Amino acid sequence: MNVPAIELKGITKTFGNVVANKNVNLVVNRGEILSILGENGSGKTTLMNMISGIYYPDAGSILIDGEEVVIRSPKDAFDYKIGMIHQHFKLVNVFSAAENIVLGLREKSFNLKQATREVQKICDQYGFDVDPSKKIYEMSVSEKQTVEILKVLYRGADILILDEPTAVLTPQETEKLFAVLRRMRDDGKAIIIITHKLHEVLSLSDKVSVLRKGEYIGTVVTAETDEESLTEMMVGKKISLNIDRSEPQDSVDRLIVRGLDFYNEEGVKVLDDISFTARSGEILGIAGIAGSGQKELLEIIAGLLKPQGGDILYENPETGEREDLGSKTPLEIRNMGIRLSFVPEDRLGMGLVGNMDITDNMMLRSYSKGKGFFLNRKDPQKLAEQIIDNLEVVTPGTSTPVRRLSGGNVQKVLVGREIAAMPTVFMAAYPVRGLDINSSYTIYNLLNQQKEHGVAVIFVGEDLDVLMELCDRIMVISSGIVTDIVDGRKAKKEELGILMTMGEDKEEEEGKEDK
Amino acid sequence: MIAGFIHRAVMQGIPLLFGSTGEILTEKSGNLNLGIPGIMYVGGISGVIGSFLYEQSVGPANIKYLPAILIPLICSLVGSALMGLIYCFLTVTLRANQNVTGLALTTFGVGFGNFFGGSLIKLSGNDVPSITLTATSNFFRRTLPFAGKLGWFGKIFLSYSFLAYIAIVIALLASYMLRRTRVGLNLRAVGESPATADAAGINVGQYKYVATIVGSMIAGLGGLYYVMDYASGIWSNDAFGDRGWLAIALVIFAVWRPDISIIGSILFGGLFIVHNYIPNIDVSTQELIKMSPYIVTIIVLVIVSMRKRRENMPPASLGLSYFREER
Repeated sequence: MNVPAIELKGITKTFGNVVANKNVNLVVNRGEILSILGENGSGKTTLMNMISGIYYPDAGSILIDGEEVVIRSPKDAFDYKIGMIHQHFKLVNVFSAAENIVLGLREKSFNLKQATREVQKICDQYGFDVDPSKKIYEMSVSEKQTVEILKVLYRGADILILDEPTAVLTPQETEKLFAVLRRMRDDGKAIIIITHKLHEVLSLSDKVSVLRKGEYIGTVVTAETDEESLTEMMVGKKISLNIDRSEPQDSVDRLIVRGLDFYNEEGVKVLDDISFTARSGEILGIAGIAGSGQKELLEIIAGLLKPQGGDILYENPETGEREDLGSKTPLEIRNMGIRLSFVPEDRLGMGLVGNMDITDNMMLRSYSKGKGFFLNRKDPQKLAEQIIDNLEVVTPGTSTPVRRLSGGNVQKVLVGREIAAMPTVFMAAYPVRGLDINSSYTIYNLLNQQKEHGVAVIFVGEDLDVLMELCDRIMVISSGIVTDIVDGRKAKKEELGILMTMGEDKEEEEGKEDK
Repeated sequence: MIAGFIHRAVMQGIPLLFGSTGEILTEKSGNLNLGIPGIMYVGGISGVIGSFLYEQSVGPANIKYLPAILIPLICSLVGSALMGLIYCFLTVTLRANQNVTGLALTTFGVGFGNFFGGSLIKLSGNDVPSITLTATSNFFRRTLPFAGKLGWFGKIFLSYSFLAYIAIVIALLASYMLRRTRVGLNLRAVGESPATADAAGINVGQYKYVATIVGSMIAGLGGLYYVMDYASGIWSNDAFGDRGWLAIALVIFAVWRPDISIIGSILFGGLFIVHNYIPNIDVSTQELIKMSPYIVTIIVLVIVSMRKRRENMPPASLGLSYFREER
């Protein structure tokens, strides 16, 4: 019988109270591609980090070629010929590809020319298209990824793990990568690929293992399954969370976004013709796989990024007039009397200053108030005390640096400050990420309160169960395209799951039309 | 006269070359060591202390060549290595801010040098505020015997003491090491992207420690050369002047390449003393001309930034502490 290249038995890993992986079993044979499928936060990367020696499992065993092994560091993993290609490249920009590939090796004598020849040989063998003497900073993302793969192959890896390798690639580059991976499989290597894109799973892999919220759901043979059943395995059945949801009252259009286009610094189209309306007294959820353009969308509305096309119209509740926010800075928006609150994803990076205390952080929003030379510290102090009381922030006092608070309390301070600005539009990106259950519910209640006060709330979330119980409408975006806007009360989980991956197909269709 | 000018320019440039080679090695590991002026100062005074004690213990008549060279040399290396060790312990192990640590070390080094300089002057009972180590200096300043007979050629190329040639050899070796060897590759990786180096199995902390301490030792030799050779064995407090900062400016001028630093150091040395060779200028103009190395550095910085060649940029993680946990 065939001995599997790598086998995981009952792997469990917890971080504090959070169970990242629970009793996971995997088997990968040589000459086989296994996909690991799961939503964001389902524990895919944690699991792979345990194989590559970055984390150590709390329980369970790892078998390589049928023998139980202990992998304590990335170096151990190398020794068992396991190579991991991370989502974030670890390359030195000013070095050539060959220099990056030989970096850190000790065994062979140092001869860059010979190394370059050997790299070229591997390139020819698997059909990689990269010049070993080219500098990394001159390379495209896909070339950089190739260098990462070459790096592990050069070290003799025959078990390859790729963490969301296609997230950064164009469809054409993805096809190229898949061709290379198939060639490596035929060469007898065992390949594990982490992904949440269903059509890639179906077109590339031999087997699929599905994880959901850290739990191992099962493994199926790709040829015997289809998109619907995989989606069901991935998102699971609906779970009731008992979040109160009131009917929207006197809803009117507040923020109208039309045909928004945005290209990032690398010239990649992040948002493609986004149109939607946020209504007062309503929570609009935004669902989508991480990196589908949610962050950019909110930052454009907040005035932090400039869109390349499209309009953002704001309907002023006092005058009833429509005003254009398209190319305004945050300060200009505020000076127009528009009260826009934004709770960014990166709390301590964009939202608060970690080394300053709660009072000073309150002042970040009100520093320009008052006329005198000296700052008015009394009002922010009062506000800080209010927030601590009302939101039950656990802190020794208003003069504690924010960075010393726990994640949940940091978020309460930030949300509290933004609510205190009496917004008419309230945007929150992943406001409950990293928060425990109780803190999460506090945040949900705050959002609901805002909604009842007639605020137009935009909520970017990752947990579909929460989105379905909290939001009145859910807009699904995928690869920068709005795939649909559905009623939060009638939405089905499977339907959302499919909508979340539909953008890529649309994109590909468009690409074909262009040709 | 031109041969004489070049000769003086090289003499002036050698301490800068030691300093900048040491700083380049340090910076290639990602450590921005602004303590170099202090370290060069300590390198100088440590040599002076060693040599002073040796001269005092055996008496001026019995000084022998080998100990007269080795004792100050070893003292200087140990003194500057300790300074480098303090810097590393604070910035690599304790992850203190590199700029603050470096500046503190410069202040400390100068104070340390002046304190012991002053104490030795008191001990020697001199009337003038300086220590004279002529015997030791004569050994240090020995040149090739036939250099004087070869006219301008001998004057420009062969008329220097052994430390000057060591400076150039070290710079060339450092240059070769950085570009052609595995250690050099690893060191550059540590300075560019410590996380990448760490993932590739390179011991980041070890590289930072070794590069910084070796760099400090090389820089310290610059201080020793200044006292024993350039100043003819006469130590007086604060005479070393701005040379440490010039060495740091030279690193930028040389775009982090020790081989370019050789030419740069001679150019800087020339610019520093050229006012002595221009007749009939007043003191204020002299000072303006002395400023020119810094102006040249700024011009180079502007040109390099405008050309945007990635290879000419400072190491990407220069000045940053490395935490493995941060991703």
